Amino acid sequence: MVQWSEVHSQWSPNEKVALEVGLGASLGGARALVTMKHVGLNVAADPLFTSAYSGINGGLVVLVADDPGMHSSQDEQDSRHYARAAKAPMLEPSDSAEALQMAVLGFELSERFDTPLLLRSTTRVSHAKSPVTFGERVEIPLKPYVTDPTKYVMVPAHARERRKVLERRLAEMREYAETAPVNRTEWRDTRVGIITAGVSYQYAREAVPDASVLKLGLVFPLPERLIREFAGKVDRLYIVEELDPYLEEHVRALGIEVEGKSLLPVYGELDPGIVAAALGGEERLAPAPFAGPLPGRPPVMCPGCPHRAVFYTLRELGATVFGDIGCYTLGFSAPLSAMHSQLCMGAGIGMALGAEKAGHQGPKVAVIGDSTFVHSGITGLIDVVYNQGNTTVLILDNSTTAMTGRQEHPATGRTLTGTPTHVLDLEGLVRAVGVEDVRVVDAYEMDALDSAIRAAVGHPKPSVVIVRRACALVDRKSWKPALTVDPDACLACGACGTLGCPGILPAAEGEQAPSIDPTLCTGCRECAQICPFDAIG
Amino acid sequence: MTTTNVLLAGVGGQGTVLAGELLSRAALADGLDVKKSEIHGMSQRGGSVVSHVRFGREVFSPVIAVGEADLLLSFERLEALRYAPLLRPAGMVVLNRQSILPAPVLAGVATYPEEVEEPLRGRGLKVIAVDALELARVAGHPLTANVALLGVVSRYLSLTESAWSEALEAQIKPALLEVNRRAFQLGREAGLD
Repeated sequence: MVQWSEVHSQWSPNEKVALEVGLGASLGGARALVTMKHVGLNVAADPLFTSAYSGINGGLVVLVADDPGMHSSQDEQDSRHYARAAKAPMLEPSDSAEALQMAVLGFELSERFDTPLLLRSTTRVSHAKSPVTFGERVEIPLKPYVTDPTKYVMVPAHARERRKVLERRLAEMREYAETAPVNRTEWRDTRVGIITAGVSYQYAREAVPDASVLKLGLVFPLPERLIREFAGKVDRLYIVEELDPYLEEHVRALGIEVEGKSLLPVYGELDPGIVAAALGGEERLAPAPFAGPLPGRPPVMCPGCPHRAVFYTLRELGATVFGDIGCYTLGFSAPLSAMHSQLCMGAGIGMALGAEKAGHQGPKVAVIGDSTFVHSGITGLIDVVYNQGNTTVLILDNSTTAMTGRQEHPATGRTLTGTPTHVLDLEGLVRAVGVEDVRVVDAYEMDALDSAIRAAVGHPKPSVVIVRRACALVDRKSWKPALTVDPDACLACGACGTLGCPGILPAAEGEQAPSIDPTLCTGCRECAQICPFDAIG
Repeated sequence: MTTTNVLLAGVGGQGTVLAGELLSRAALADGLDVKKSEIHGMSQRGGSVVSHVRFGREVFSPVIAVGEADLLLSFERLEALRYAPLLRPAGMVVLNRQSILPAPVLAGVATYPEEVEEPLRGRGLKVIAVDALELARVAGHPLTANVALLGVVSRYLSLTESAWSEALEAQIKPALLEVNRRAFQLGREAGLD
C-alpha cells in the first residue's frame, strides 16, 4: 500500500488498535481497510462486535486471512463464525481477481448498509497469484463527519436502539443476498449440485467440472431462497468447504438434505484431488514416499541470530520458560530445547505469573520479543507488578518483527513508510509500570547474559532483562568475517554443536573437528565464547 | 490445451519464489491463464519453500493435486525426494545437484540420503540433473542459479522464448538483466537431454 502516498497506511501495535484506528477513520468520513490474520481477529473482536451496532460513516472493510492446514499459525479457526457472531456481512473471494472485485464491493456494501464488512481470505487466496484486470480508478470524496451520540456512544440506552437497527439491517442484507451478483448459480449437469465458496470453489470446479454450482460470494448473511431453489433442482447436493461445516450446518438448518463433512475433512486444506475422491467415492491413494525416512527441514534460527545465546543460557540454567510468538519460539526445538509453553501473542508473561501463583518451583522466566511485547505483553507485565509477582521477563529486542518479514514497530523508530519516528523506550516503559530491577545486555556477550539472567531470576521482585541486538538479517553491516575451527586445538567435545547453529558443520569423514561454513557464518562469536578449548576464532 | 503443473521446491534463500514468479510471468506473456501459490515456511532462512505454478487455457485450483504434477524443479537434492511423490507417473524432475543439510542432519539425528537420482529414475521419472551453482558462476553471478534452472526447465515446457525473455525483463532489475539472460541461456544449453 505504501506506493500510494495519497493513501495513509500504517502499522498499529496490535489488531484491536488497528481496527479502532480504522473505525476512527471511517467516522472521519474516509474509507478504511484493516488487515489481519484469523488469530488477530480474536484480538480485534471487541471493537468489531460493537461497531456492528454503531455502524460506520466511510466504508470499513476488515480483511481477515485464515490458515487452513496451519502453514504458519497456532490454530486454524474458521473466521466465518465471526461474521455470524458479530452480525457483520462477510465476502469471500476465490482468487486474486475476485479479491480485488470484492474489496471494492465491500466498501460499497459497507456504506450502503452502514456496517463494518469482513473480507475473508485463506492461505491459497492470499499466498497465491492469478491474473487481475484493473478497473478505472474512482475518486471517493471524504464524507462529512456527523456528530451523533445515539449512533456512536454505545451506552446501554443507545445500544438497545442500535440492536434493533442491526436486526433491520440484517433483514435488508438477507434480501440483498438473494440477488447479489456475487452469489452465482452455474447450471451444468443437474444430477450433482455443489454449494461452495472461496478457494474451495476452484477445487470443486476442477474436481467435478460437469457439476452445477452455487458459488456464494457473500457467506454471511446467506441467501435462503437461492439455496432452496438450487437444492430443489439438483439430484444430489454437496457442500465443498474447508474447515468447519459452516455452510453445511446452515443448509441443514433449512431442512435440506446435503452431504459435506461426512465426505470431506474438517481440518487441513482441500485440493482438487481430495474433492474429486470424496465426491466420486473413490479411495484416495496417498503418494508412496521413498524408502527410508527423509530428514525433515524444520525452520531454524539463522546463523548469527541474537536469540540463540538466550536459549543456550536458559538451558544451562534449567529454567522453565514461558514463551511467546516470534522467531524465538524456535528456542523450543532441539538442541536448545529451552521453551516450554507458547500459546498466543503476549501469553507468556501472564502464564509465568499464574505458574508462580500456583506455587511452581525453580527458576522460571517469560520470554517475549520486542514487537510482541508492544503488541500485548505490556499489560501482562503490569499484572506482574500489580499482583506482586516476582516473574522475570526477558524482552528479546532485535529491533524488528523478524518472523513475518522484518516489519517496523513502535520500538524500531520507523513507521510503515520508513519515516523516522519516536522510538518507544522499552527500559523507560518497564520502569514506569513499576519494575525496579531492569537490566540491558548485549545478546552476543554470553557471560554478561548469563550473569544478568541469573541475577534477575534471583531478584525477589519483578525483573526485566532486555536482551538487545538487531536481527542478523536486518543488520548485515555488522557481520564480521567468518570464524574457523582450529583442528589441532579442537577436542571434539561437541559444545559448539549444542548451539544449533546451521553454520557449524559436523566433522567431515576422516576428520575429528567440526567446521564452519564460511558462506553462512556471520562472525557472531557465540560458538567461540562457549568453546572450552579456544579452538574457534 | 490441458493445464501444465509445475512444482518448484527449494530451501529458503535459493530464489525459489522468484523462479515461480518468472515462470508464471512467462506463461502470462504467452497469453495463458496462470495460477501460482506458495508456502514459504516460517523461517527467513533454512526452511523448505514450495511453489505451485499451473498454466493453460483456464486454470481453477491454485494448488496441484497429489500425483498430478508434470514437472518438479528441485533446487536441492533432498527436496527432490520429498516432493517427487507428487509427480504423475513418468513425470519429470529437473534437479539441481546441490545438497543443503537440514538441522536434524547437522545435529546428527538424521542422515542425508546418499542416492537421489537413482531412486527417482527407478520410479520411471525422467531426471535432468545439472549443477546450477556452476552455471551461475559461469554466467557471472552466484545468485542466478535459479534462472539457470529455469533455462533447463524451458526446454521441457511449451512456453515461447520471447515469453521467457519478457518475464525476465519484467522481473529482474536492469543492472542484473544481462547476467540473468546468460544464466538462462547456459541452463537452456545444459538442459538438453
